[in-house]
Parts: sequence; structure tokens; C-alpha cells
Amino acid sequence: MNLYEYFELLFTDYTLRTITLGTAVLGAICGMLGSFAVLRKQSLLGDAISHAALPGIALAFLITGAKDSNILLIGALVSGLIGTFWIRGMITKTHLKTDTALGLVLSLFFGFGMLLLTYIQKQPNANQAGLDKYLFGQAATLVEKDVFLMMIVTGISLFVLLLFWKEFKILLFDADYTKTLGFNTRFIDILITFFIVLAIVLGLQTVGVILMSAMLLAPAAAARQWTNSLSTMIVLAALFGAFSGVFGTAISASQNNLSTGPVIVLVASVFVLFSFIFSPGRGLLFREIRFRKNRRDLELQKTLQFMFGIAQTHENVSHPHAIKILNNFQGFTRKTLQKLEEKNWITIAGQEWSMTIHGYNKAKNLYNQQEEND
Amino acid sequence: MTSPQIEIQLIAIVVAVACAIPGVFLVLRKMALISDAISHSILPGIVIGFFITQDLNSPLLILLAAITGVITVILVEAIQKTGLVKEDTAIGLVFPALFSIGVILIAKNANDVHLDVDAVLLGELAFAPFDRLLMSGMDMGPKSLWIMGSILLISLVLLFLFFKELKVSTFDAGLSSALGISPIVMHYGLMSVSSVTVVGAFDAVGAILVVALMIAPAAISYLLTSDLKKMMLLSIGFGVLSAVSGYWLAHLLDASISGSITTVLGLIFLLVYLFAPRKGLLSVLYRQRQQRTEVSLITFLLHLTNHSEESERHINHLNEHINWHKVRATTVLELAKKNNMILVTNEIVSLTEKGKEFTDLALAYIITNKDEKIEHMKDDFFLFRG
Repeated sequence: MNLYEYFELLFTDYTLRTITLGTAVLGAICGMLGSFAVLRKQSLLGDAISHAALPGIALAFLITGAKDSNILLIGALVSGLIGTFWIRGMITKTHLKTDTALGLVLSLFFGFGMLLLTYIQKQPNANQAGLDKYLFGQAATLVEKDVFLMMIVTGISLFVLLLFWKEFKILLFDADYTKTLGFNTRFIDILITFFIVLAIVLGLQTVGVILMSAMLLAPAAAARQWTNSLSTMIVLAALFGAFSGVFGTAISASQNNLSTGPVIVLVASVFVLFSFIFSPGRGLLFREIRFRKNRRDLELQKTLQFMFGIAQTHENVSHPHAIKILNNFQGFTRKTLQKLEEKNWITIAGQEWSMTIHGYNKAKNLYNQQEEND
Repeated sequence: MTSPQIEIQLIAIVVAVACAIPGVFLVLRKMALISDAISHSILPGIVIGFFITQDLNSPLLILLAAITGVITVILVEAIQKTGLVKEDTAIGLVFPALFSIGVILIAKNANDVHLDVDAVLLGELAFAPFDRLLMSGMDMGPKSLWIMGSILLISLVLLFLFFKELKVSTFDAGLSSALGISPIVMHYGLMSVSSVTVVGAFDAVGAILVVALMIAPAAISYLLTSDLKKMMLLSIGFGVLSAVSGYWLAHLLDASISGSITTVLGLIFLLVYLFAPRKGLLSVLYRQRQQRTEVSLITFLLHLTNHSEESERHINHLNEHINWHKVRATTVLELAKKNNMILVTNEIVSLTEKGKEFTDLALAYIITNKDEKIEHMKDDFFLFRG
């Protein structure tokens, strides 16, 4: 199956449509809520929470014995939330730093989850097959019901986001100010954290524990490069997330032996790389271009100033001089001379240059300003 | 105990000690999550190394994977240096991408590779004794014991050689470069040792649980001491303790050994987190409450000095006036009385000589705001803590 066939099949094939829709919705909600995680400097919270959800899944299975994905997700949500609040408790109450707290919750919860999973595996009556799909994720197991659940959650979080837009925004940028305005910062904080955890838990089944953090981060990090406005960033991040979901599913479906999760993550990483390089405001490419342009302008002025120094010693400003005498000064290139001529500041005749009155006045202006400053 | 049992425990102990040493420095340098990133991103290195060597325990594979780990660190720093995103975002972007490449590499070659992601990520200590090192036909013991043993030996030698340098560059990078010890060299040295350790340990305990063995013992001992040497010894001790007891827990439950080791570490951490003297949660909460009462006491005494009129000093009006709940007002009043700072006559509160002196000093402290002064003051006045 190639990519073209895939898009053709998309409208006829039920499974493919469900999976594509599922990954798209997941990408959108992750991008949306991930923006908050990135801006709150909680980028790695996603990593910690997705790992911390594992014991919840295993315990939910142990207690209920059911493999219904909704019950398992509730287990994951509870243990994810416990992990989040423990992280916060560690950071505020002890002198352990954020990174240590995240790493601890991540590895300790995950280890406990592994213990439970292997314990379940050894149980004689356990029908545990399918629990380990949460480790690496299997988009192929998505059914319509799951997609429906994702859409509901997306709808609710969108609603809450719009309802508390002002509060979320102000808490994001100035927490202390929010407190002085009389908002209940604790409540807003818990609300937004709850939705981030919810998004992570939803994604576990599709992309798995390990790659979930990238799902949350990458679209938001890419969107951040294109805008300085929160609302635009969230919309962009949701779009990037949805597109990574669709393209990732398309690529993995069109090849054999490609699991969907990693491909989605790689597509999202490509988005990030592209944004890092090509975004007009912050991108590396345009930053380098701006940098070079500034340097050239500076060199132009330095050359002009040097010429002014020479021209000053002559009575006739436009007295011609050899280009050679500029040699002991590094700022000039053939291009700068051309540019100076273009601006009508100098004239070049053969191997000699001479300053125009216009150029002389311009340079005098620059030069005098410098003298005044000294 | 049978001989494989002893061997498994020996490997677990060696892995725990080898992880604890770089772990302490990672935690102190606030780079704990780098170990997580490395443990994931070495996957492509392991896969490529495996394609070349066809042996999970080959030194070449370990070297290749360790280089991938160092590349991860370099990539993270490069992204961070562009200033486009924060450091944690940079970490979160790099390792899933590299990990995905590894997973895809495995999946695409699944037919001719005996390697799956579970094995790399989760590891299984129970199988470690079956892979023997044969030297000219002689059985020299399990291979992974030799590998981890040599990694441990190398990091121990490096630790003893560069302890002073590591210490100064960890706590004061500026001083260390002034002394001529490059913090960058130390940084990359530490990163290389961490990568090699993670790679060496991954097939014994699994990539993710390496993180637990690196961070948890260090974090536990960080809550118990502030002395670097003690912290190292303690974390080695906790590592060994959890390795041995984790093994027996796994034996009991018939579950994954690495999972049980981590669970034991988690339990120890929970205990220490709650009950550690001075830095544990309970003692922090207790101290915060005490400080709150002390601040209230000072506020109360200042209020008394400011008001000479009797209506302001009537015992029943106090809680209304300074806006305290009754319980708190009583606590503060009791504390002040116990310390002979106030006298209550006919339900009118007045300051004693000692109380006046204390209040003046406290006022001076509040104005000049010198932190150390207030601690002396409490000693000088034999303040009973509330």
C-alpha cells in the first residue's frame, strides 16, 4: 500500500478511518494541552506521568479483573494524579529539585508497575494479554468507542479552556499577580494539571508510555516558534499535533512492520526541526541572515568612516585614492565598495575611488556623532 | 542459595553500586533526567551495534551505545543553546526522537534480529547467569558480571582520581574554572561514565530501571545528609540493600527482579521522604508550623508595645483585633506566658521586662533584616518552641 492508496482507503476502510481519526484527535488534544505544559516549564511532566500511570493500569486490572479500557484508564488517571501531586510535594516541601522529583516518580512508579505486570503474567487464570500494549502503544487496537471517548474529552477540555481562558492565561505568565488579584490559584493550577494528566492517559493506548512525552511536547514546541500569542500557539499546536497523527498513521500504514507511535513521534520531530530552522521570527535560518546583514551594515559604515578619515586630509573631498590603501583595513570587500557606490557615497574609476560630497556629509554626520559621544 | 542465585545477587549489587556513583553527581548537578534521556536514546546505538556485532554483550556495542548517549547530551545542549526552547523541553524532544528511530530500526529488521524492545527496555536479571564468559574453554562466570565489574572498577578509579575536581565543579563551576579545572571536561567526563554505566546495566536491569538505581539511592541519601562523602556511601548502601532485598521479594512473588528492586527503592524513599530528620516531610511541616507560631508571637508582642491603652490589651479582644482564630490566639498567648514575655493581670495583658527587650530586638531584626540574628535571639532568650 502506498501513500496514495492510503488516502483513497481512508474513506472506505472502517479500521483505517477510526485509527486515523483517533490519532488526529489525540494529536490535537495533546498539542492543545501540551502548550500549557511547555509554557509552564513542565515539559518533562508528561514523561513522568505517562510512566507513573503504569501501576494504575496494572492495579485496576488486578482489582477488577476486567480488561475494559475505560476502567484501566481510570486506574491510570488516578496513579498519574498521585504521581503529579507527589512530585509537587517533593519540590515544595523538601530540597529535592524538580529533575530529581520527576526522575524518582518516573522510575519508581514504572518499576512498581513492572513488578505488578510480571506478577499478573504469572497468575494462572490471568488473561493479561493486551496490558503490555500500554508500554509501547498500539494504534491498531483503537476502536470507535475509544475515539468517541477521546472526542468527548477533547470537547470537555476545550470547553473548560474557553471558560477559564483568562485565568489560565494569567496564571501562566504571572502567578504571583494572579494571587494578588484574588483568584484561587490552587484551583486553577490543579484544573490545568488534571487536564494535562488526562490527555497523557488518553494517549497511552495509542503511542505508549515512553513516547507520550514527545506527543505532548513536540507540537507545542514547534508552535511556539511561529507566534508569541497564546491563543495562536494553542491552535497551531493542535494543528501540528493532528497532522503528525494523520501523517504518522499514513506512513506507518503504507509500510510493513512500522509501529504507529514511533512514526507519529518522528513526524512531530520533523515539524519541530522545520520550525526551529525556518520560522521567520525565531528560526535559526532567519536569525543567521539577520545577523549577517547587521554585520555587513556595520562593515559598510566602518569602511565609510575610514574613507572619511582619508578624505578629511585633503582639501578636495573628491580627490581620488587607490583602492589598495584600504587594504590594511579589514572591513572592506568588493561588495561593500559596490554598495557604497550604489548609495552614491563614492565613485569608483578603475583602481581608484573618490568620495562624493553626499558621502562626505553622511560620513561626517556619523563621525561627528561619535566624536560628540566621546 | 544455589549458585545462580548468588550470581544474580552479585550482579544486582555490582549494578547498584556502579549506578549509585554517577547518580549522586547527577542528582547534585540537577541533571537527574539526563540519565532518563540517555537510557532511552541509547536504543539506536544498541541496535546498530547489534547489527554489527550480533552480540548484546560485546564491548564494541557498549562503546557505540555509550557514544549515542554522549551524542544525546550534546544534542540537548545544542538545542538549548539556540534559546528556542528551555532545557527540559530540549531533553523531552531529543530522546523520544532517538528512541523512535531505534524502535523503527528494530521493527524493520525484526526477521533477522534476535532483539526486541522489551528486552532492551525492561531487561531480565534472571537470565543473566546463563550467558557465561568462556575463556579458552574455562567457565569464568556470567558475562554481565564481568562487564559491570569492569565498568564499576573504571568509575571507582576515576572517582578516586578526580574526586576533588568533581566536587568543586559540582558545587561551584565558577570557582572550579578559576582554579583551572574545566567544568566542561568534568561535565562530559561524568556524562561519558553515566552513558557507559547505563549501557552496561541495561541488559541486566533494563533501561528504565537503571534510572531508578541512579536517582533513587542518591535522592534518599540527599534527604539524610549534606556531606558528599557520606552521601556517596549511603547511596551505595541503599543500592546494595535494595538489590538484595529486591531479589528476595521477586523470589517471593515470582515477579520481575528489576521491578522488585525498584519497588523496594520506592518504599525506602517513601519512608525517608516522610520521616527523615530535618529534611523529611513531617519534620518540614512541623518546623513550618513552629515558625508560623513564632512569627505570630512576634506580631503579638509588637502589637502590645504599640498600644498602651487597656482596651487594646484586653485578653478577649486580642483574637478579634489581630484577626486570629481562637485556638491560635490561645497558643500564642500560652507561648508568650511560658516564656515570661507577658503578664496577665485582671485580663489585661502587659509586657514584662524580658518581653520588652525581646520585642525591641525583634524590631531591630525586622528593620535591618539580617537573617542570622533572629536565630541567636531565640537562643539568648531560651525561647520555648511552640
